[in-house]
Formats: sequence, C-alpha cells, structure tokens
Amino acid sequence: MNKRFTQILATSIAAAALVGSLGACSKGSSSSTTEGPKEITMWTHAAGNPAELAATQSIVDSYNKSSGAKAQIKVQAFPQESYNDSVVGAASAGKLPCIVDIDGPNVPNWAWAKYLAPLKLSADLSKNLPSTVAKWQGETYAVGYGDVALSMFARKSDLAAAGVRVATIEKPWTKDEFQDALTKLKALGKWDYPLDMGTAGTGEWLPYAYSPFLQSFGGDLINRKDYQSADGALNGDKAVEWAKWFRGLADQGFMATKSGKDSTQDFLNNKSGLLYTGSWAGDKARAALGDELVVMPTVDLGNGPKIGGASWQWGVTSGCNNTDAAMDYLSYSLKPENVAAVIKATGGIPATDEAAALIPAFAEGGANRIFMEFSREYAVLRPETPAYPFIATEYGKAVQDILAGADPKPALDKAVKAIDANIKSNGGYKN
Amino acid sequence: MTTTHLPPTPGRRVAAPAPAAPPSKPHRRPRYLREQFSGWAMIAPAAVLLLAFVFLPAILGFGLAFTNARLVSPRPVEFVGTDNFVRLFTDPTFWRALLNVSYFAVVVVPVQSGLALAMALLINKKFRGVNFFRTLYFLPVVTSMVVVSLLWLFMYRKDGLINEFLSAASFGLIDGPDWLNDPATSMPAIIILSIWQAAGFHMIIWLAGLQSISGELYEAAQLDGASRWHQFRYVTWPGLKHTRTLILVTITIQALGLFDQVSVMTQGGPLDSTTTIIFEAVRSGFKQQETSYASAISLVFFVLVLLISAVQRYLTREKD
Repeated sequence: MNKRFTQILATSIAAAALVGSLGACSKGSSSSTTEGPKEITMWTHAAGNPAELAATQSIVDSYNKSSGAKAQIKVQAFPQESYNDSVVGAASAGKLPCIVDIDGPNVPNWAWAKYLAPLKLSADLSKNLPSTVAKWQGETYAVGYGDVALSMFARKSDLAAAGVRVATIEKPWTKDEFQDALTKLKALGKWDYPLDMGTAGTGEWLPYAYSPFLQSFGGDLINRKDYQSADGALNGDKAVEWAKWFRGLADQGFMATKSGKDSTQDFLNNKSGLLYTGSWAGDKARAALGDELVVMPTVDLGNGPKIGGASWQWGVTSGCNNTDAAMDYLSYSLKPENVAAVIKATGGIPATDEAAALIPAFAEGGANRIFMEFSREYAVLRPETPAYPFIATEYGKAVQDILAGADPKPALDKAVKAIDANIKSNGGYKN
Repeated sequence: MTTTHLPPTPGRRVAAPAPAAPPSKPHRRPRYLREQFSGWAMIAPAAVLLLAFVFLPAILGFGLAFTNARLVSPRPVEFVGTDNFVRLFTDPTFWRALLNVSYFAVVVVPVQSGLALAMALLINKKFRGVNFFRTLYFLPVVTSMVVVSLLWLFMYRKDGLINEFLSAASFGLIDGPDWLNDPATSMPAIIILSIWQAAGFHMIIWLAGLQSISGELYEAAQLDGASRWHQFRYVTWPGLKHTRTLILVTITIQALGLFDQVSVMTQGGPLDSTTTIIFEAVRSGFKQQETSYASAISLVFFVLVLLISAVQRYLTREKD
C-alpha cells in the first residue's frame, strides 16, 4: 500500500511539474524574438484611484498610437496596499513586468536588489524638482511626474481670533511661536484639540510625516555620511529633544495621541484648528473653505522647516527584454502635457515648471503654487539607502511608542539597535 | 500476473500453466485494489495541494529559520545556525508577544467556550422563532474578522458608541477610556471583540453535541425527579465529552493565532500591549523583509502550538 501511495504521489507531482513547466515554456517562447517583444507590460499601484489610472492609461494609449512607438504598452493596475508585495513576489518568481512604479524611498532597496535598471532617458531631467529624480550610487533609477508637500492648514478667522500670525515661506513659525500659537488656539476653546497631526496614520505615513520634525531639530533617521549606522542621529540629544517635544504636544492637550481616521474631514468639520497634512488635501479644503483657508509652511524647529521628498515614481526593471522600448515610453511620458495630465488627476506637485505652466493652479500666482515652493525649499529625501524600508518600520514603531508614553531615549535606542543590526547583517547594503 | 510462458523448469512437474484467475474476466483487478485505487485517487488532489501549499512551505520555513534569507536581497542565502533564535529569545518584544498571546488564550478559552455553551443551551429548544435567534447569534461568525474589526474600531474610539453608551447609562458619571489607545485596556478590548465574533461558531459545535445526546436520557432523568441542574450535571455534561475536547483544542489554537484584529486595529500597539507572535512574524517577514527571522518566529510558534495541543490531548484522553 505504501508503495502504491508513493507511486500516486510521484505521478501527481510529475503531472503538476509538467503543467507548470508547460506554462513557463509558453511564456518564454513569446519573448524570444531578436528585437524584443512588441508588447511590454507596465504595473501601477493606481487601481484604487480611477482618475490617476485613467490619466496614465491615456498617456499609454497616445504612445501606443504614436508612429514612433517601439512597443505596445499594456497597463496592469494593482491596489496600493498589495502593490509592493506583488512586485516582490513577481521579482522572486523572475516575472517582473518591464515598467513598474515605485514609492520613491524604496528605489535604493529595489535598485540594490537588482530589480531596477539605471534609466537612460532621452528626456532632460535636470530641470525636475530634485525630489522627483531617484538616485542611488550615482545612477538614476526612477523618475516621478510630481511630488507632494506637507503643510499646515488653518482658517483665517481662527488665527485672527487667537491673535496668531500667519506663517509664510519668508517667515515660518519658530518652535516658540508654534507653542504660543497652540496655546492661544487652545484658549479659544473651540475644539477638543487645536492641532491634528494625523497621529492615527500608520505605515509609511509615520516616517514621511514625522521624520521631517526630527530633521528640523537636527537629528535624522540615519547618519547620512556612509549610511552604516543610526547611532547618534536617531538617538542623540537632538532626537530625544524632538521626541519630548512631539510627546509634549499631546501632554499639553494640543493634539490627540490618536487622531480620527480622516484628519482632513475632521478639520473641515471644524474638529481641529490646525491641520498638518499633505498637498493632496489642498483642493478639497479650498473647495470647502474658499478664501478662509490659509496654507502655511510647517514649523521651523531649529534647522528650518523640513518636509519629506519623493512620491511615486517610474522605473524600468533589470529583467526587461525590451529596455529600449521601456525607456522610450518613459521619455515620451515625461512630456509636460503628459505630466500635467497625471498631476491634475492626482493632486500632486508637477515635477517641472513647464508642466506647472499648463496647470492653472500651479502657474505663477496659482492657488497651489505655494506647495511647489515648499517642495523646492524644504524637501529632504528619505535616506537613500536600501535599508530604508527597515528603518521606516523601526522609526514608525518608535513614533507610536513615544506617543503612547514610552520613555523617548530607550525607545529610540531600541530602534537604533535594530537598524544597526539589520545593516550589519546585510553587509552594510553594499554590492 | 505473468502471462508469458516460461520454459518449464526441468525437475518440476507441472501439469498445466499455473491456474490463473478465471478466464472470463482476465483484466480486472481484485475488488479491494480497485477500491483502494479510487480512494487514493480521490485523496490525490487534496494531497497535492496540501503538499504544495502546507507541507512544502512548512519544511522550507524550518530550513530558512537557520539562514539569513531575506525577502528582497541580491545576496546569496547563507547558513547562520541558531543566530535567529538567539536574537529571538533576547528580543523583549517576542516575550511580550508570548505573554500577550497567553493572556488572550487564558481569558478567551474559558469565557468564549462557556458563553458559546450558554448560547447553545438557550437555542437548543423548540419554540417559535428559535431560528431567528440561531441566526442572530451566528451572524458575527459569517462576517469577516477584518470587517468586524473596522466596525469595532469606531465603537471603541474615545467618542465612540461604547463610551457614549457608558456615559448615557451612568448619567455622565463614567468617562470611558480610549479603549484601543491605552495599554491597560487595549488587550481586553480585543478580547471582548474576539469573543463576540467567534462565540457563534463554537455555539454551533456545542449545539451539534447537544443534539447528539439521546432524549431518552433526559426522560429517564426527569422520571427520577432530577432537577434542571442535575440533568445538566449528570446527563448533558458527560454527553458533551468529545465536543468539549474538540472545542478546547480548536479555541486554543485559534487564540494562539491571534492576528487579524491586531493588524487592523492596533498594529501591536500601544507600547506592544497587543502585539502577538503571528503579528511579529508578519511584520518581520513582509514589512521588514527579514524572511529568515520570520521563519524562526513561525517555527517557535509551531512547536508551541504542537506542545500545547499535545498536552491538551493527553489531559483529555480516553482514560478507560
């Protein structure tokens, strides 16, 4: 009986293997032409955002119809939550598409893992916002159509009632002024908490939103000299000072340790006086509040205001069998009118002045022009190291623990220890 | 089986070629073999799937736990011995996760099974509308845990339904806590939600057990003048022996595998008060890309579950 069982097992496994390899064969044969396949695939995370997807699709359609098209591009869209997992899964299976979009800070990780090939574009990237061009070890691996910028929203009337000055790019709020503004706003008694920092956020929001404050204090996520250790940067005096300040905002009753799920909506419903959020909320807030809305730069905590740089960007995978066409498509898609179309759909900041000129809100004097200034003046790229995904999770956990009342220094020490161990176990993330 | 004619061996006198099976059905296998074949054939699809998606990954996981494999990495995988386990056992978060899971299991196993039994006893009657109550109690089970967690997320908020209710019921005396954002209440909050969601499922198992007890036993007990409590104590409870074992083991394993609620509602926080072993494994393996470390956590978890189930099986074994 055992023998028979083994036989059946062997047959079943052989059958399964056969089916599998047949599938692989049929895939392989289609790509064995000499000048590269006529159809290449492009993945995007925009499945949950119909406007963005439609804008991307229309660029692809116009490229496919253009006479110079070197291949037909096929778009496949994924929901954002499962997008990274899909790419990692496809990469381990050796089935990555030719063109992928990538969240900016992940670019070094994917370049290090050899998912991505350096870009060779005919488009000129020198005039792009610096945060829209992702480089690692001297090579450009990805480029974005735009960026987003963090800022402070408030109502004019509230600031006036509290006697608080409107912060400007020329003169942002200092740490003391911010403290003063919050005290005065709280004294109005209009809200449970005058400030909403989006503390209910999870995942990439945590490092994206709160590491700029750390940097404004003079700390950082890692020592950027050689990217080998976070010691001193993430747990030094400046970092501890940041943690105490951040936790202090909650202790003084200025903000909730866990805000509502939708900070923008809470602000529009007049549940908070000051909102810390991204440029993506600008159009919605302006539509609701009109001229009442003031958009201000974030706070200068010592080293000038800082905001996170880099949003979703495009790259070409190293396994692509028609790199030429992929690069050609990317160059084509970076034409100002294409960039403008996508940016209009996503509510981002256009990567170039040429594209900005095509969008009234971003043209000189436009309502959203200020976000472009923020991005130009304050953007700090999240550390360009393959260790970033790990750093991001450790920092995010430290932020949540500190908000929940953990002692700042040990919480930061723990993150540093984990980050340093991770970098070491990966041989310093060198090639 | 042999149908070819061998040359007759000298010295052996055989009258005729071996008396084979009756000539009328020369190609049919014996009946028991055919039955066995169809049996194995029917198992095969499930066996292949199990092998491919359960056993193979499990074995791979065991192996990976002793390497430095990463989810995303251009570096070759190296054998690192017990490094991952050393790191695991010196990680305070892991011990905290173990503690949380034990806390969860110790509360959930008795409370949930008790509640489920009470519900099963309530609906194990014949009266008008009993199906309505059965449906009502079972409803949370059909709802996905993720959806349930999202709903309760709103109810547990500082200004959520539960606190509003507490405040109204106590005429404003009780100011409810920020349930999920306070290390003292986060785990109890998750426990309450979990019991509410899963009790209906075990109620159905209890109900099946209750209905397998012969009605004659109750009639006999009533004739003997046994009270309701005595009927339960001496008829129902012994009659549920096997059901009890099943429920004990399944609830324990489910409790140890706590993940969905934590992932949706608290992400292990605040201050690691709700982190669990599975949550740590998923966090390390997918978010932090440390496949090998996650494998080590899973391996430890596997051994743990195996041990606890074995102990439970031993304690609840047939003693005669």
